[in-house]
Amino acid sequence: MNREQVSRILQQHGAMMVLGLLVIVGSLAFDSFATPENAASVVVSSSFLAIIAIGMTFVIISGGIDLSVGSLFVLGGVLAAYGSQYGLIVALLLPLAVCGVVGLLQGLVIARTGMAPFIVTLAGLLGVRGLMLAISNEGATTYLVKNRAFATLGQGELLGLSYPVHITIVLALLAMVLLQRTGFGQNVYAIGGNEQAAAFMGVPVVRTKVYVYVMSALLAGLAGALNAARLSSGVTILGIGLELDAIAAVVIGGTLLTGGAGGITGTVAGVLLLGVIQSLINQVGSLTSAFQQVVSGMFLALVVVAQRLLSKAQRLT
Amino acid sequence: MAELTVQGRVAVLKPRVFAWVQDYGVYAAVLALLLFNVLFTPHFLDAANFRTQLVQVTPIVIVSLGMALVIGTQGIDLSVGSVMALAAALVVLYLGYGWLPALIVAVAGGAVVGAAGGALVAYVGVQPIVATLALLVGVRGLANVLVPQLVEFRNPDLIALGSSSVAGIPVIVLIAAALTVVVLFVVRRTTFGRQVVAIGGNRSASELSGLPVKRVLLTVYVISGLLAALAGVLATARLQASDPTSLGLFIELSAITAVVVGGTPLTGGRIRVLSTVMGALLMQLLSATLIKHNLPQSWTQMVQAVIILAAVYATRERR
Repeated sequence: MNREQVSRILQQHGAMMVLGLLVIVGSLAFDSFATPENAASVVVSSSFLAIIAIGMTFVIISGGIDLSVGSLFVLGGVLAAYGSQYGLIVALLLPLAVCGVVGLLQGLVIARTGMAPFIVTLAGLLGVRGLMLAISNEGATTYLVKNRAFATLGQGELLGLSYPVHITIVLALLAMVLLQRTGFGQNVYAIGGNEQAAAFMGVPVVRTKVYVYVMSALLAGLAGALNAARLSSGVTILGIGLELDAIAAVVIGGTLLTGGAGGITGTVAGVLLLGVIQSLINQVGSLTSAFQQVVSGMFLALVVVAQRLLSKAQRLT
Repeated sequence: MAELTVQGRVAVLKPRVFAWVQDYGVYAAVLALLLFNVLFTPHFLDAANFRTQLVQVTPIVIVSLGMALVIGTQGIDLSVGSVMALAAALVVLYLGYGWLPALIVAVAGGAVVGAAGGALVAYVGVQPIVATLALLVGVRGLANVLVPQLVEFRNPDLIALGSSSVAGIPVIVLIAAALTVVVLFVVRRTTFGRQVVAIGGNRSASELSGLPVKRVLLTVYVISGLLAALAGVLATARLQASDPTSLGLFIELSAITAVVVGGTPLTGGRIRVLSTVMGALLMQLLSATLIKHNLPQSWTQMVQAVIILAAVYATRERR
C-alpha cells in the first residue's frame, strides 16, 4: 500500500477510526460508558443532528454551505406542533412544505444569480427565525403536540431504540445510495469538484443545486418535526448554532468544505464522535459542558489540519 | 428607430445605476431612514435616543472593521463573537491588577486567538471558514470554563470607560470613530493596506510578485482578533458585568452583514471601510425604526434578510 492510498483511507475513514479509539478508551476508563443505556442515549441525542448533517453533506459536497438549517429546525418543530392539532399528516406535511419552499427559494437564488451560498443562507437564517417568531407570537406561544400518533413518532421504541434513530438510519442509507449510486449523486460531486467543467459536460448545474438546498431544508424541517414529537411541544428557543454543529460534524467526517469529496459514512461518524465526546465529558462529571466546546473546537482544528496535510500528501504522489 | 434609442439608453443606464447603487446605496439608505425617522418618529432627535443607538452599535462597528479587512483578503472570521466572550472573561479575571493591565491581557488574548486562526489560514492552508469555525466553538468554551457565570464588577475606572462621555459623546463611540479613521488610513494610505487588497484580488499573482502573502494574512487575522477583543472589553465595561455565555453571540453574522451591505464583495480584493460603518448603522437604524413603530422582532429579522439579499444582489460582481 503506497502513501497515497494510506492518506486517502485516513481522509475517508479517519473519523470512524478515532471514534472506535475513543469508544475503546472510554469503555476501559469508565464502567458506566460501554453500557447499552449510555450507547442508546448517545445515539438518540445524536439522531437529530445526524439528519441535518446528512443534508449538509450534500450541500457541502456541491461546494456550497447552508447556514439556515438551525432556523429551519426550530421552524419545523413549531409548525409540526401547531399542525399536530389537525392530525399526524398535517403535523408532518406542514413543516416539510414550508421548509421545502424556503429551500427551493434559497436554491433558486443561489443557482440562478450566482450569489454566495453563505450570504443567501445567512439571510435565510435571519428570515426563517423571523418567520418562526411571527407564527409563535414572538416566541411567547409554545404549541403543544396534541396528536398521540405524532408524539409516538418521536417517543416510541423498537428494539430498544427510539423511532428517530431508526428514521435516521433509513435516511442515512437512502442518502448513501443517492450519493454513490445515482446520476444525481455524480452530478453533486461533479459540481463541487469543478462547476464550470461540470456545466460543459452537460451536468444540469442549476437543477442539481436547487435539489441539494431543497433536500437540506427538508431534512432540517423533518429533524425539527421529530424533535417536537419527542419533546411534545414546539420549543422556540432551540436550534441556535445548530448549523455550525452540523458543518463541524460534516468536516470532521472528512468531507472537504471546498466541495467535490466526502460522504455520508464520514458524516455519521462525525456526528457520533461529537456525541461520544459529550458523553465522555459527562462521565468525568467534574467537567462542565463548556469543556465539550473546548474539546470539540480543538478536535475540529486538528481534523482540518490533518485533512490539509493529507490532501497535500495525495497531491505530491 | 425611436425605440432603439430608448433601448440603447437603458442599456447604457443600467450598469451606471448598478455602479451608483454599489458605491452610494448604503449612504442613500441610511439618509432615507434618517429622514423617515425625523419626520415620523417622535423624540427621534432627542440626544438621549441618539446616544443609545450609537452606543449599541459601537461593538458591531469595531468588529466590522476587522471583518472588512479579513473579507478583503477573501477570508472570513467567524471567531469574533467568541473572542469578545474570551476578552470579557479575561478582563474580570485580571481586574485585580487594575483596569489597564486587564485590558491589555484581554486584547492580547484576542490577538493570540487571531494569530491561531491566521496561522491555520496562512501557513497550513486551512479554509478561513473552517479554521475560524473551530475557534468559534473552542474559544467560547474556553471563555465559559474561565468564567462560568455572569460576574458583576465594581471597578470604577472600567465602568467609566463604558459609561463616561466627552462633550456629550460617549467615550466608546469616540474610540470606535478613532479606530474607523485608523483602519481607513491603513487601507488607503499604507503599503500593508495595498497588500491586503492585492492578496484578496489575486493571491497567486501577489505571491509571484513577491508580496509577503502569509505574513499579511496572519496580520489581518491578528488585527481582527485584537479589534474583537477590544469590542468585548468595551461591551463588558458598558454592561458593568462579564457575561462570556452570551456576549457577542451571532456578532460575526452582524459584522459580515455590515461589511456586505456596505458593498465589500465576499470575493475579496476591495475594502470599503466607511461603507462598512454605514452598513452597521443601517442595520441598527432599521431595527430601531421598526421597534419604535411597534413592529415586532420577527419583522425586523425578515426585513434584515431582504436587505442583505438586495444589497448583495446589487453589489455582486457582474458576470
